[in-house]
Amino acid sequence: MTPHQKIFAISVSLAIFVVIIALVRNRKLRAEYAWLWLLTGLVVFVLVVWYDLLVALTALIGAVAPTTTLFIFSIIFLVFISLHFAIKISRLSNQVKNLAQKISLLEAGKERSSGKKTE
Amino acid sequence: MNINRCIIIPAFNEEKQIASVVDGARQVSDADIIVIDDGSEDRTVERAGRAGAFVIRHPFNMGAGVAIQTGYKYASENHYDCLLQMDGDGQHHPAHIPDMFSMVENGQCDLAIGSRFLNHNGYQTGALKSAGFRLFRTIIRIITGESITDPTSGYRCMNRKVFQYFTADGYPWDYPDANIIIDLHRMGFKIAELPVMMAPNPEGRSMHRGIFKISHYIFSVFLSILVTLLRKKSGL
Repeated sequence: MTPHQKIFAISVSLAIFVVIIALVRNRKLRAEYAWLWLLTGLVVFVLVVWYDLLVALTALIGAVAPTTTLFIFSIIFLVFISLHFAIKISRLSNQVKNLAQKISLLEAGKERSSGKKTE
Repeated sequence: MNINRCIIIPAFNEEKQIASVVDGARQVSDADIIVIDDGSEDRTVERAGRAGAFVIRHPFNMGAGVAIQTGYKYASENHYDCLLQMDGDGQHHPAHIPDMFSMVENGQCDLAIGSRFLNHNGYQTGALKSAGFRLFRTIIRIITGESITDPTSGYRCMNRKVFQYFTADGYPWDYPDANIIIDLHRMGFKIAELPVMMAPNPEGRSMHRGIFKISHYIFSVFLSILVTLLRKKSGL
């Protein structure tokens, strides 16, 4: 890895750290999700500093170039993160549904007990 | 014994039909009529209320499956013994309501399904939809050994045990069709059908129109069946 590439990759990982910390600090991102992105920054940082690990990983998965390994792991990471959000959305949809039903039923109960028919 | 009955009608933008649906149901049954308005933007709520139905309003549109489950929850909380569900678009002929209630109340079954196809009464449907119906029928027959001719019919009547079971969090509100029938069978509920007349949708509207929507629907129900089978027999 050339010094140019190293400087670029380290800058990217540091930028991820700074942005995530700033988002959590400003309450725009919940700490619950922050760890995932901080982990991403950490992985990029480790792979840049410990280049031999990237080479070993490349050999392990049978890739030709270390950049391919980075791309493969980036895609795998994005798939997992999408799955994570899909699970969260499913849970939130269910919670929103239950909440909306609860409101509707409470209102209906109120109307029923006051004996008023909906106009 | 005095049986507490209710008829639940999910409705979304049904201002043209809802009053006649409510009237039709009231003429043949003394059951409480409950319209679940799924966030309509037209005058559905007003017209259903004027027709004499008790209206439960969703704050926004969530889909027919959710509206039906709201009905189950309402019936469960208000101690009804028997519940009949029918569409708010006028497709379901109200004349069958008394027969459906009797089937459940006499203990013939826990869930009675109004079938368009039981007596070959000439109900017409598209080729792809028809293939979907055949597929679901076959799957149900293979898994349960029972012959259900109209697994996607929304004209159903059930006893308290069934609608209470449907209030669970695991109720598949996105696609409550053939998968529900298989699940009920696995849980030991008795299901029976009776022939009913169904009109085509008055405005030609349907949840499942177009090749993409129908294919997506068939695939999703198929997936739901698979998930139902993979789950342990512990219910929803």
